[in-house]
Order: sequence, then structure tokens, then C-alpha cells
Amino acid sequence: MILQELSDAFGVSGNEEEVRQIVLRHSKEHVDEVKIDTIGNVLATKKGTGAAGLRVMVTAHMDEVGFMVVDHDSNGLLGFRSIGIHPMVTPGSRLVVGPKKLPGVVGIEPIHMAWGASGYADIKKTDSLRVDIGADSKSSAQGKAPLGAYMTFDTKFTELSEKIVRGKAFDDRVGCAVLIDLLAGDPFPFDLLAAFTVQEEVGLRGATVAAFALEPDVAFALEGTICNDLPQEPGEDQTPVTRLGAGPAISVMDRSMIADRRLVNHLVETAKAHDIPYQIKAPGAGGTDAGAIHQSRAGIPSAVVSTPCRYIHGPAAIMNLDDFNNVIRLMREALKALTPAVLER
Amino acid sequence: MKELIKKLTEAWGPSGCEHKVRGLIAEEVRGLADEVRTDPLGNLICRKGSGGAKVMIAAHMDEIGLMVSHVDEKGFMRFVPIGGLRSVALYGNRVYFENGVVGTISAEGEGWRTTPDREKFYIDVSTGAEAGPGVGVGDAAAFWREMVERGNRIVAKALDDRIGCVVGIEAMRKLAKTDHEIYFVFTVQEEVGLRGARPAAFGVEPDIGISLDVTSTGDTPKDDKMTVELGKGAAIKVRDGGHIVPPAIKNLMVKRAEEAGIPYQLEVLPGGTTDAAGIQLSRAGIPSGCISIPTRYLHTVSETVDIGDVQACVDLLVEILSKPIEL
Repeated sequence: MILQELSDAFGVSGNEEEVRQIVLRHSKEHVDEVKIDTIGNVLATKKGTGAAGLRVMVTAHMDEVGFMVVDHDSNGLLGFRSIGIHPMVTPGSRLVVGPKKLPGVVGIEPIHMAWGASGYADIKKTDSLRVDIGADSKSSAQGKAPLGAYMTFDTKFTELSEKIVRGKAFDDRVGCAVLIDLLAGDPFPFDLLAAFTVQEEVGLRGATVAAFALEPDVAFALEGTICNDLPQEPGEDQTPVTRLGAGPAISVMDRSMIADRRLVNHLVETAKAHDIPYQIKAPGAGGTDAGAIHQSRAGIPSAVVSTPCRYIHGPAAIMNLDDFNNVIRLMREALKALTPAVLER
Repeated sequence: MKELIKKLTEAWGPSGCEHKVRGLIAEEVRGLADEVRTDPLGNLICRKGSGGAKVMIAAHMDEIGLMVSHVDEKGFMRFVPIGGLRSVALYGNRVYFENGVVGTISAEGEGWRTTPDREKFYIDVSTGAEAGPGVGVGDAAAFWREMVERGNRIVAKALDDRIGCVVGIEAMRKLAKTDHEIYFVFTVQEEVGLRGARPAAFGVEPDIGISLDVTSTGDTPKDDKMTVELGKGAAIKVRDGGHIVPPAIKNLMVKRAEEAGIPYQLEVLPGGTTDAAGIQLSRAGIPSGCISIPTRYLHTVSETVDIGDVQACVDLLVEILSKPIEL
């Protein structure tokens, strides 16, 4: 399963090579042109039938959240900074450390010592945390995990049931898997410009240059998004941002973008026409590559379709494969029906 | 002009949903421009003249508003802001959705004594009937209030920045002939971060940019220190939170105002910014300035301007555009 391979791959922002190779391996035979641009994005073109005179960009980001080594203690412990992960969710996590993929753990005092004022609730910064890779001296630690070494969660993709899977980095390897699937299918009425981007989690940096280079008429970002359909505080009664199993999540507004109304309508109409479940992602939270893309050049109408993933930006996320497959169905049908008429005002 | 102000301020158009305002302006500028088009993000671009210096004039069509983010079991709706909402101005306020449904804003519990966080506020759209009102998650709403006149003052919602749009349109009307190639751009999504003006500037590629937008005043009881006053003329921007105006542009504006005897005041705005800040950083850099309309009570439903100031802004813009622009 390509999703499994992608989820298990190591690719924190700025270090996407392993993911890039997987993407290339699975998409090369289905595209007419492919190149790696200066920042590391994979840009692939799948020629279309030419029925619709449009340039359509579809993106998914290859990078995942993680950590970087910034310091070595005299006793061999590693100081680190987090890339998109709250320190609260890290203590006790098993990590994969550096290019040699050494095993490590984010250290924390055991419960016996954690009572009182400075208990576990206090973890607000990574400064007070260390990663333990079993090194016993500064030089040994430096040899095994040099300054700047990347680290990510040591979590293997697992099927919990026929529909439910657990893994790391679903944000946004699920988008990559959807995009590879779209490339593998029949040609679309237009040239499909696929961009597997780098460095989304540190500020949409790959997408910024990809959009400038591709100069599309319209763009879609494929994401793994927030899913907080969880128990609430007593007395709270608020609907979640998305629900697991309720279908592809269509964005209307997030921190980075107000989605193009015509494209949102097109996605909703397509879902209704093909009996594909969908949900509107509650506006407000998050940001995606589309935030950068829609601001590129003279402006590019953009939309976002996401697979809901519980516990993203943590050690292990949960995803429903029905949602994943419905995102593929929705995107395929929506792209097949995308014509310049959709963009008429 | 007051009729146009009424028409535009009472129109519905939170950021990202400017189509109604765009429709009204497109109608208004028919015959005033040599070419009118809508760009990919929805900016309305009206060209007047050709061949001379390319000047981009920007006024934003969008207004602040809110979007429904959650609906609870009883149908009360939570929301996220579109642009800079002031919590203190939410209580008892009314919003309306594109389909005309009116909602009332209130907050949880005993919030009336203090101003709670925005998360505590909700919209009531109850109808008393079983059937819901037909609005839900992802729907945008704008504040509702009629425009009123009080002597020389105009009180309305969304003067930020429909009054800038009015200044642009009136200048187009008054500007009989020009040696410049002027692009009057009515932009989208200013309130969420100049998202319309930046791409518009990339597309138009002007030599100089001028935004038309509102600015605060410092003339109300115990107001923040600011020298701009209502009724004292067009405000020529010197700087704001995101933009330092090149002195050559500011000086040109001052010169034109003095030559023509147009009342003006200099504006030094501590925070906030306008489309000009986005235009300035487009491509290899575009020198940009701003003519501001002094406005009290910004981002409330009772924004207040002086009609004399509005006229001064129109006159100043026409003066600038009908004479040589040398920096």
C-alpha cells in the first residue's frame, strides 16, 4: 500500500528526500514530464485530452512535522527544537534520530517524581526536554546525532480494522497518496500539474515557488486535516472541525485563505451528483499550501480538500480509509468536470 | 454622492464574498472606463486612459464580518472573525447572511458586565419553528445597519472601505481626460491581509500605487494621540503600521492639495495598514501612497465620516491624476 510506504517514510521539513524518491517511483510511469525544482518540489505533468483549456495545479506536501537536534549535553543527551509539534505531546515518545535512523526516546521523569507544582502540566517549551539515544558523552552524542540532525516519531503504519489505520505523518502523506492515485488514472480534460511540495509545515515555502513556476489557472491542495470529534468538557456543545468517517472535508476559510466560492460550489455539486459523502470543514483553524498558491502572481483561484485525521502533529494519527477513498473519488470526478465555465463569474 | 454611499455601504460583502458589491460598482463605472475586467481573485479592474504612466488606484470592496464555525444542538451558532472584529462591538448586534437571514449576537452567561473573549459569543438565528433558518457552518455574515445622515456627517457600516470605493468612482466621473494610464482597482480581501491588492498589483504592474482607505481620528474624548480630525480635509498618509510612504509621493500630494486649495491633513497612523502596503512590495517594488478618509469608530456599525472630507479626497485624487506625476 502506497499510503503505508509514505507514512513510514522519514521526511521532516527540509529533509524530504526519502519521500521524494517514493513519490517519483510511484508516479514516474504515469506522467509525461517530471522534474525536481531548485527547492526540492517534485513537479510532474500528466498530459490531458485537451478538452478543457485550463492549467490545473494539484498539490500535496511531502514534509512532515518533527524535530531537529540543536544541542548536546555533557552526559550525551540531545537538546532539540520542534517543527510543528507541541512539546506537550512529546515526552515518552519513541523517535527515529538522524540519517542513521537511530532509536531514541524523549526523556521525562517518571510519575513517581512528577507530583507537585512542576508536574507534567508544565511542559510548554522543548528547553526542559531531552532526547536520549543511549550516548554517554557529548562527543558520542555528536557523532551519532550531529547538530541539525532531523528526528521524527518512530511509528509504524498499522491497520486497526478494515477501515481504520494508525500512523505518523498522515499530514500530508495522505495527500501525496491521493495525488499519486489521481496521476495513475485516466487523463483529465486538461494537463494536470502535480506538485509534491516541500517545507509546508514551516511556512508554505515549497508551494510558493511551485505556484510561481507552474502558473496555473486554478489550484487544489490535498491535505490531511484536523479531526477533533472527541469528548468535550461537560457543558460544552460544539461541533468538531471535521468528523472521522464523514467524508472529504471541503475548506471554506482557514487562517491562510478564503477558498474560491466557485470551486467550493463545484466540489459540493460534484459530491452531491456522485453520491459522495462530504463535510464542510469548520472555518478558522489551520493553513495550507493553497494559502501561498492563491497569492501567487496575479492570483490563482484555489480550494482545499482534506482527509480528516485525528491526532495530527502528534506521534500517531488515526484515519478512516473510507474518507481517503472518497477524497480520491471526489477529486477525480471534480477534476473530470472542471471546465472554464466553472470559473465564469 | 450620498446616494452612492448609501447603496454601497448597505450592500453585503464580507471578505471573500464581494460579488454583490462588485456588481454594483461595475454598474456604476459603466461608461466611465475604457476597459473593465475582473481578475482571477475577483478584483474589479477599470482602466482609464492609455500610454502614459501606469497608476494603480486601490479601494477595497470587502468589509469585516464573520463566518459560522459550529452549530450546537439548539441551533446557536459560534463563529470566527472575518477581519478585525471588536468583541466589545458585538453585543446585541445584528448580522445578515447572503440569503437574507438575520442573526442576533449575544454571549454566554453574565458576560454583559465585561467583554468576554470572542469564543463566548454566539449568533441566534432561531425562528420558533421546527425548520432551521437555512444557514450553517461555512456561511459568511456581514453586520447590518442602515446609513444615516447627521448634518455633514455620514454614519454607516462598511464605510471601511466602501467610502474609498466611492472616492474612486467619483474621481473617475470627474476626471474628464488624463495623460496617464490609470487602473482603478476595486479590491477583494483587504481585511484578511491585503490578499486582493497584492496579486492585482502583480497583474497590473503599475509605476505608482495609491490606495483610498479610511483612517482613524484622534478627535474623540480621551482618544489615542493622533492628529487627524473629522472635517479637516483629506488625510495624506505619511506612515502606518505596514507602510512608510515615500516622501516624494507624500510631497506631491501635499503640493497638489495646496495648489488647488484643497483642505488636507497629514496622517501618522500607529497601527493598521492599507492595500498600498501590499502594492508597494509587488514585483520589484512599486512606490505607493494613500489618501485616507478620516473615520471615527472603525470596525463598528456606526463608522462616521464627514462629507466635506470625502469631497476633499475626491478633489485631491482628481488633481493628482490630471497633472504630471513626477517623483
